[in-house]
Amino acid sequence: MARLNVNPTRMELKKLKVRLSTATRGHKLLKDKSDEMIRQFSIIIKENKRLRDEVEKELSETLRQFSIARSVTPAYSAEAAFAMPSVSVTVDCKVGSVMGVEVPSMDLRSQKRSDGLPYAYSEITSEADYSVTKASQLLPKMVKLAEVEKTVRLLAEEIERNKRRVNALEYIMIPQLHETIKYIKSKLDENERAAVVRLMKVKNKQ
Amino acid sequence: MNGKTAIVGDGDSIIVFKAAGVDAFPAENDTKAREIIRKIAREYSVIFVTEELAKDLGTFLKRFDEEPYPVVLAVPSDKGSTGYGDNFLREAMERALGVDILFNKDNK
Repeated sequence: MARLNVNPTRMELKKLKVRLSTATRGHKLLKDKSDEMIRQFSIIIKENKRLRDEVEKELSETLRQFSIARSVTPAYSAEAAFAMPSVSVTVDCKVGSVMGVEVPSMDLRSQKRSDGLPYAYSEITSEADYSVTKASQLLPKMVKLAEVEKTVRLLAEEIERNKRRVNALEYIMIPQLHETIKYIKSKLDENERAAVVRLMKVKNKQ
Repeated sequence: MNGKTAIVGDGDSIIVFKAAGVDAFPAENDTKAREIIRKIAREYSVIFVTEELAKDLGTFLKRFDEEPYPVVLAVPSDKGSTGYGDNFLREAMERALGVDILFNKDNK
């Protein structure tokens, strides 16, 4: 392991000792952070899996039903029926925090303008009604899934970054400091011994 | 802060969401989708993209992973699920944990 390129003086030794204690403390903190993040991550990812399965199942059901509705209506009238939505959806966006990582936290708000369906009943078959209602009901879940999935992405990124930091401290920084401190100590000891020997020699000559 | 939701995908899958109040942007291929997403990324806070398009936009969508918003989510289209979601979960898990804690039943 390479040691740092410093002069073997008492001054440097003192500085390095401070650095070592900071590094050790930082390493411990980061390691704890990493453990906790991984614990949170495994909870969130399970939630994500559950939501995703639910959304995928319900969404494909909805879309299948909708394609039945479309197949019995001429394409242009279907387009026309859906051209003007009667509901508008907004999401209330906030920034939450999971272990210091900024994550989105959203709330769905829908504003109904009329009875909820954007078209007259004569325009399209009733299958469309079901699928539109279902899609509206599914939307909060989809937004929730979007939020959770984004959290997973951000957290995974942060865990990876944190892991790299921990490893850099554990395998590079701390051994390097240990090595250098040892080197300086041995150098200083040697100087001291040399000084003693020199003094003895000088004394013998008198 | 109030945000809007959008969905990008091929015609049939997105029209039903238009009725549910999500702004729909039709895109027939990934070049078109990329263009649209780039344009609307500032304005919308949630963007749903159909899986067919999302799997070709992998690296492009990665750039949204840095910030909390906008949130881009891949959803299955009317052709059914392509397994994009499961792949994503597996990938994220392996990156962060190094082990598979959800799908290990499949491997056995």
